[in-house]
Amino acid sequence: MNADMITELRKGNNMTVEIKESRETLLSIRDLHVWYELRRFGFGRAGYVKAVDNVSFELAEGETVAVVGESGCGKSSLMKTILGLNIPTSGEVVFDGKNLAQLKASELRDYRFEIGYVQQDPYGALPPFMTVQQILEEPLIISGVKNKEERLERIRKAMDEVKLHPSDDFLPKFPHMLSGGQQQRIVIARAMILQPRLIVADEPVSMLDASVRVEILKLMRALQEKYHLSVIYITHDLSTVKYFSARIFVMYAGNLIEKADTRQLLDNPLHPYTTALLAATSDPDAHNADSYKEVPPGEPPSLANPPKGCRFHPRCSKIINGLCDEKEPVEFEPVPEHFVACWLYQPK
Amino acid sequence: MTTTSEKLLNIENLVLHFKTSGGSVQAVDGVDFELGTNRAVVILGESGCGKTSLSKALLRLLPRNVDKYSGKVFLQNQDVMLLNDEEYRQNVRWVGISLVPQAAMNALNPVLKVGDQVAEPAMIHLGLSKAEAYGLVYKMFQHVGVPADFVARYPFELSGGMRQRVALAMALVTSPSLIVLDEPTSALDLLTQANIMNVLKRIKHELGTSFILITHDIATSSELADEVAIMYAGQIVENGDAKDFFPAPLHPYSQMLMASVPRLRSDSDPMFITGQPPSLMNPPAGCRFAARCPFRFEKCSQEPPVFQKGNRKVKCWLYQ
Repeated sequence: MNADMITELRKGNNMTVEIKESRETLLSIRDLHVWYELRRFGFGRAGYVKAVDNVSFELAEGETVAVVGESGCGKSSLMKTILGLNIPTSGEVVFDGKNLAQLKASELRDYRFEIGYVQQDPYGALPPFMTVQQILEEPLIISGVKNKEERLERIRKAMDEVKLHPSDDFLPKFPHMLSGGQQQRIVIARAMILQPRLIVADEPVSMLDASVRVEILKLMRALQEKYHLSVIYITHDLSTVKYFSARIFVMYAGNLIEKADTRQLLDNPLHPYTTALLAATSDPDAHNADSYKEVPPGEPPSLANPPKGCRFHPRCSKIINGLCDEKEPVEFEPVPEHFVACWLYQPK
Repeated sequence: MTTTSEKLLNIENLVLHFKTSGGSVQAVDGVDFELGTNRAVVILGESGCGKTSLSKALLRLLPRNVDKYSGKVFLQNQDVMLLNDEEYRQNVRWVGISLVPQAAMNALNPVLKVGDQVAEPAMIHLGLSKAEAYGLVYKMFQHVGVPADFVARYPFELSGGMRQRVALAMALVTSPSLIVLDEPTSALDLLTQANIMNVLKRIKHELGTSFILITHDIATSSELADEVAIMYAGQIVENGDAKDFFPAPLHPYSQMLMASVPRLRSDSDPMFITGQPPSLMNPPAGCRFAARCPFRFEKCSQEPPVFQKGNRKVKCWLYQ
């Protein structure tokens, strides 16, 4: 099947989705474990770094979800596994009914045409020796768009979508000639140019200035709505989440510890770690300077040797001795559609 | 020129221009502000507005391509700009003003134990023996919340937050009256950021140190700020008390910058500022923000002076 046919089919798909307003599952992650082997002197196994441990969730067509967590919590490993760059240790990634592990190399390539990746550092993500035109043309060439006119046409359209006009002024430029916001637009245009169904955005605005940040978030939001895209937005900044995502997953030390609708989670956080994250997020207010913030002691655990039981228990102020430090918490649903992996919410 | 005695720092018309092949870059162009003892001022601005150059100009850590470096910097009533480089090094840097550089966590020497690194400025600038200096190191580690046994560790054995604390301890060890912090939390995680801001607050209360905090992170900066200075295209466009500034910024740029901050605890829709800051190579005549300003009028083609509004200062014709 050539790329144009895929595009045609996809257009058809999108239309039916819009008409039916249905929420079909696009991506489903089941019991995913991504462990990296630790080697001793190049031989033998010294253990595993359990970067992603027992993660399950489903993402519907057109749904936006934010994965929130600190550096080293495994969110990048999760993302890379979804992009097909990591092979899961166990568990499955199922995209549109197809299990990633069972795809052949060529099918995996086609799969990658269906997902767009927006990197964190736009300057690092754009090859410095290629012009904007070459950067945007490459995915089209690889996906088999043979007609040069058509390629140029699609590049112009993509640049129009990310509001870089006039596009002809930008086409011959190199990345270093663009501002940070413009570079990030090119990255988004590149992710969008093959008309993917899923976008994975890894901290897309954390390297940008405050005044540009909102502009890029709004642009991504508009594209998401226009094309009914599914988006996984990876971030550590809780204050930007509500402008972009319908659901939030909180990740700590390789586990998803809380999953809920954005509004519900921001208003009623359940897990003590989520509460701490929200308390540590400042809004600009001169009165902040008058008081100290409450921060849980210590640092996230090493993923090579995570603590027994709940991984947050050594830092948790609400620890139940004999339970939290012994048994790994299971997922409870104290409020409908609000899941939390914490023993505090065990039904009595 | 007289300065009031309670003022720790008074900067008048500080200018730092760099020579480049394309012309002179006016990174710091006529900056004035003052700072009292045990106060913290936040210099807020976007990347490329000259805030890091301002910290370099204050500490006289200049690259080779300086085109113009002038103005007055009074530190405890002494104009340190009149000192030659050697006098400046001996009497001002570290003992008067110290710096926690940007990405301080990566500024530590990877092959020296952190205790030795923190002790070094005390040995050189205060003339202490190594044992005496280590006494101070232990004291400073306690202030910044680093366990005492970490002195024998190397930087790679420490987490980012701990390295940032060590860099802060190093800046504190010579007990300067002023510390310049350049983006102290930008590379850190949320909880670590909150921790570092707690440490800075505690140091301010316990040691009476003054801070110049240079950052683009408006929300985090409000954790420490007594005063706010907004920098745009090499100039300070607004300066005033944080308690006045945060609820009601005056300068159109400050207003738009504040409106662009996504907030956790409010449903306001954040705005963004269209356009880009002007090139510092050839800044426009008149107000440098005029091209992006929704309130511009004829007057804006001339450079606005600084208007005093109550105890606040704003460089905008709207407040004439």
